[in-house]
Amino acid sequence: MTFIAYGLYFAALTGLAWALAAAMQRVFDGRLPSGMLRVETALLRGAGVDPARGMTWLGYGMAVLAFNLAGFVLLYTLLRLQGALPLNPDGIGGMSADLAFNTAVSFVTNTNWQAYSGEAQLSYLSQMAGLTVQNFVSAGTGMAVAVAIVRGFVAPKGTTLGNFWLDMMRSVLWILLPLSIVLALFLAAQGVPQTLLGAVTATGVEGGEQIIARGPAAAQIAIKQLGTNGGGFFGVNSAHPFENPTVASNLAQCLSILLIPVSFCFLFGRMAGDRRQGWAIFATMAILFVAGLGVVHAYEVAGNPALGLGENMEGKEQRFGAMLSALWATSTTAASNGAVNAMHDSFMPLSGMVTMVLMQIGEVVFGGVGAGLYGMLLYVVLAVFLAGLMVGRTPEYLGRKIESREVTLAVLAFLSMPLGILVGGAIAATVPQALAAVQDPGPHGLSEILYAYSSATGNNGSAFGGWGAALPWHTTALGVVMLIGRYAIILPMLAIAGSMIRKPKAAATSGTFPTHGPLFVTLLILTVLILGALTFFPVLALGPIAEETARLAGQSF
Amino acid sequence: MSKHAKPTDASGLYTTALRQSLIKLDPRQLWGNPVMFVTALVAAMTTLLGLRDLATGLPGAGTALHIALWLWLCVIFANFAEALAEGRGRARADTLRATKSETRVRMLANPDDTPETATQTLSTALKSGQFIYVAAGEIVPTDGEAVRGMASVNESAITGESAPVIREAGGDRSSVTGGTTIASDWLVIRVTAEPGKSFLDRMIALVEGAERQKTPNEIALNILLVGLTLIFLFVVVTLPAFASYSGTAIPVVVLGALFVTLIPTTIGGLLSAIGIAGMDRLVKANVIAKSGRAVEAAGDVDTLLLDKTGTITFGNRMADALIPAPGVDARRLAEAAALASLADETPEGKSIVEKAREMLGTIPDMPLGAEPVAFTAQTRLSGLDLADGRRFRKGAIDAVIRLAGHTPPGALAAQVDAIARSGGTPLLVVEGAEILGVVHLKDIVKPGVRERFAELRAMGIRTVMITGDNPLTAAAIAAEAGVDDFLAEATPEMKLDLIRREQAGGRLVAMCGDGSNDAPALAQADVGVAMNAGTPAAKEAANLIDLDSDPTKLIEVVMVGKQLLISRGALTTFSIANDVAKYFAILPAIFVAAYPGLGVLNVMGLASPTSAILSAVIFNALILVGLVPLALRGVQYRPSSAAALLRRNLTIYGLGGLIVPFLGIKAIDLCLVALNLA
Repeated sequence: MTFIAYGLYFAALTGLAWALAAAMQRVFDGRLPSGMLRVETALLRGAGVDPARGMTWLGYGMAVLAFNLAGFVLLYTLLRLQGALPLNPDGIGGMSADLAFNTAVSFVTNTNWQAYSGEAQLSYLSQMAGLTVQNFVSAGTGMAVAVAIVRGFVAPKGTTLGNFWLDMMRSVLWILLPLSIVLALFLAAQGVPQTLLGAVTATGVEGGEQIIARGPAAAQIAIKQLGTNGGGFFGVNSAHPFENPTVASNLAQCLSILLIPVSFCFLFGRMAGDRRQGWAIFATMAILFVAGLGVVHAYEVAGNPALGLGENMEGKEQRFGAMLSALWATSTTAASNGAVNAMHDSFMPLSGMVTMVLMQIGEVVFGGVGAGLYGMLLYVVLAVFLAGLMVGRTPEYLGRKIESREVTLAVLAFLSMPLGILVGGAIAATVPQALAAVQDPGPHGLSEILYAYSSATGNNGSAFGGWGAALPWHTTALGVVMLIGRYAIILPMLAIAGSMIRKPKAAATSGTFPTHGPLFVTLLILTVLILGALTFFPVLALGPIAEETARLAGQSF
Repeated sequence: MSKHAKPTDASGLYTTALRQSLIKLDPRQLWGNPVMFVTALVAAMTTLLGLRDLATGLPGAGTALHIALWLWLCVIFANFAEALAEGRGRARADTLRATKSETRVRMLANPDDTPETATQTLSTALKSGQFIYVAAGEIVPTDGEAVRGMASVNESAITGESAPVIREAGGDRSSVTGGTTIASDWLVIRVTAEPGKSFLDRMIALVEGAERQKTPNEIALNILLVGLTLIFLFVVVTLPAFASYSGTAIPVVVLGALFVTLIPTTIGGLLSAIGIAGMDRLVKANVIAKSGRAVEAAGDVDTLLLDKTGTITFGNRMADALIPAPGVDARRLAEAAALASLADETPEGKSIVEKAREMLGTIPDMPLGAEPVAFTAQTRLSGLDLADGRRFRKGAIDAVIRLAGHTPPGALAAQVDAIARSGGTPLLVVEGAEILGVVHLKDIVKPGVRERFAELRAMGIRTVMITGDNPLTAAAIAAEAGVDDFLAEATPEMKLDLIRREQAGGRLVAMCGDGSNDAPALAQADVGVAMNAGTPAAKEAANLIDLDSDPTKLIEVVMVGKQLLISRGALTTFSIANDVAKYFAILPAIFVAAYPGLGVLNVMGLASPTSAILSAVIFNALILVGLVPLALRGVQYRPSSAAALLRRNLTIYGLGGLIVPFLGIKAIDLCLVALNLA
């Protein structure tokens, strides 16, 4: 039964993503109805942009940085001044400087790490004009960057990767917006509030007075899932009955989390003109996903014998149970979404480790919208270079040689993960101001630290609940780590694309290293596990693995 | 250059290499290899810590020094591999250097001057553009081009081939190489090499590895290795913080050991040895690479342009069949053809006699008083006039028709047409005025060539045959030899065009050539192999020079290039896959004190934390030295498709790399326990 349900979910996900990829290719190729093209031209002309002008990798990268910097400044200002601005029925005050920095970085980088609780610390204006806007454009940025990088790999020899403003606008206008409207309407129909009225005060059955927060939630939740943002309207995210009221809403959200990331695999194959290339990337991600889901499912359903027989229900919603929570947890950490419908802190140690590993390998198992694909392409470059020599040729991918420039840039991008997670985590495990955040003793406490820094570096945004994310040390440090995790990968990857597109494309022969098929998929999986996951094996041994072995010995934390 | 003991035997080679591996511990030399430099740093640090503990009487000094010993050995083994690879070339360099002595030479002001007017000068002072006179018995002092005279030259010092070759002014055999000896006659040579830049100088530098520059691919691999080293540096440097959070402390010595075992020392240590050994394999094949880049490019080649003559066919037309005219006995035709060719010393003539012998079992002796009739461009006939008045002739169709005064009978005429259509050359045989039959002359494809091309096709390499023949002949030979394409009636311009077209399609092209008119194509090709017998212009334009002047060598060069890349990739994969086992050896050892439950990670069941760490370090050093023979010999390579190669090598070096260290570390652990060392 369980497996039939999982199977149906995958079938639906793959089918929808397959169909969406075809539409996305049309959008990014500009094969659109003339009415839509006129809208684009009018908007871009209004902004003084010439969409026909291609950008080099550097131009593209600078446009991304400039656009995101502007977004950061606007959001930061809005959060600081929200107390004095309209649409604030509950009279919430301005945010502190460090928290506003953390929140603004978090939303601009598509992380949506929430060191605050939405209903208590954000006005409706901040939610709508601040966060929701960034939910769209940070996702749009990721998609545009991915499309530009893919062009670098597959397009004919040239110098430019496309126009950032055009790609970003197309992502938002023709992909994210329509999908969000459909999903928001569905969620509203399922009971998710969408209102500008303030919180209501209700009297419970026991006579106690209760303040129930509400607001324009449905619209924000739709994009939070579709854009792999994950920042909830309410503090407890999709575990909140107003964010995720029913099993149907849960399924719709679960599908939305992975929909666009999966589509990117197929879009890649389409753009490459060789769909097998897309299937190979998809297969690699799917196998890693299923393996992760298997572990999480097994441990959560088996439960903790120390707490009695049955599923591990600590930190889970009764309406979802272990299975739907396992599926959600795997999906949200595989994609760099970060929305949660259960508390990962309360997962069994090894389930928690799987969610962590999915983030530590760089969010490449489907990953963030766009970001997952270019993250995986980073592993592809490394895998092809490592093993490609074994066929007796200079390694090449999609007909283009991988040489010292690409390797240098790939290594540079790759270093951002150990830098953010290991260095950030090591400092957080040593400095007293940072250690105060830890809620639980022993290895579980270390897991909390690791999870936070993995989540921030991977631009995921979920957390082990209970850990004091709001400490100024962490709001600042995690903000920096989020920036590293985003731009220290985007820029080198764009540079790789810029270097690849300048190379001639060699015709494939039987002497060409095959980058599709089971052999390549195996190689890519091993590369992800050995280069990505193994780097974190020592710290994982001290965290979740130590916790698990202690649990087996009858000790809990 | 310092004086080396000439390694005459294998043990001498090893002694020199051992001494060199200690000399190479010089930090300035190690700096060129970042992975080994880092290993040496850790080894030095571990030694100091061990000595400090020894001096202060702290426990653990023995273990620290034991670890240090193996870390040093790891570095020394890497040096040894490099020194051994260099040593093999050095022996050859010494013999080459012996031919490069300073001599007095006769310099001419003008090429047409007589030797009596020559001025004496030193061979080392010769500059490009000067003229010298070299006579029999003298060594050619430097590279040049013969501008006057003709001589037989002994090139054995360079090529190992003892039969002298002819060098003459003008044409495609004008190039002379420094170090060769004039065997007879004399030459006036225009010097083409600047002092110290001659072919011999380049060859000495090359085989010694002294001027070895890292190839593009090697540079990229080095960057990756440095990157991996940095990543593991992050892992190891942050570990004390996480460990102290977990209430345990990791000794610096152990951290160092973990670091060195994780960084890719195996490939880092063997990388340069692989490169030098690859060049050495080329030198052994008598090919000189002007840059390492060319050798790597050879592995990438997609299209091979092969000259028909010498590479695909023997180069001479030979008699394939004798077809009699209607009503003529085959034996009579054979006899007549043999008689007509008895005096013909050309390969074609000899092959006709051979064919006749095959058919008759014997051949007629030269009849007494017979008068040979030699081939002339006017008659285009040759043959024999017997004393009894019979006249035998063989020749081109129209010439024979003119001689006989009539056309061959219809059935024979059809045969003649068929032969011409198949790309062969028909020769009619005539006795008096009677046309006896036709000889089918054709280019004979070398045996084994077809299979070779099939292998190349499996590797994804397209072969294109270049020939001056007409399209008909070319097509027939191309079909017989199994090449993918051909270029008929080829001119140097067409060759150049073809290369450009292939390159525009994203393909890398290799070709060989010898004439001056090949120079532009050789320069345009990604891999150009010039024949040593060729002109200086061709040799200058090419990036590889084949000393044997054997055009089939191109295929061997491609194989060497591929093997070089495969060896690097295989050892890199092996090295990285090894890390899995090393984690499982060392992590439980260092964490078990903090969390006894982590003992479950000790899947190998290693005896103690100390023995586990030592075993990993020892394995790391031993695997390096164990793989030296593989690095020097190169990974075995059989031509096959990339997919098949990948499957095979990924299984051997990837899967092997995962499994071997588990077994190796366990075995070493058992030994250490048995020897009471840990």
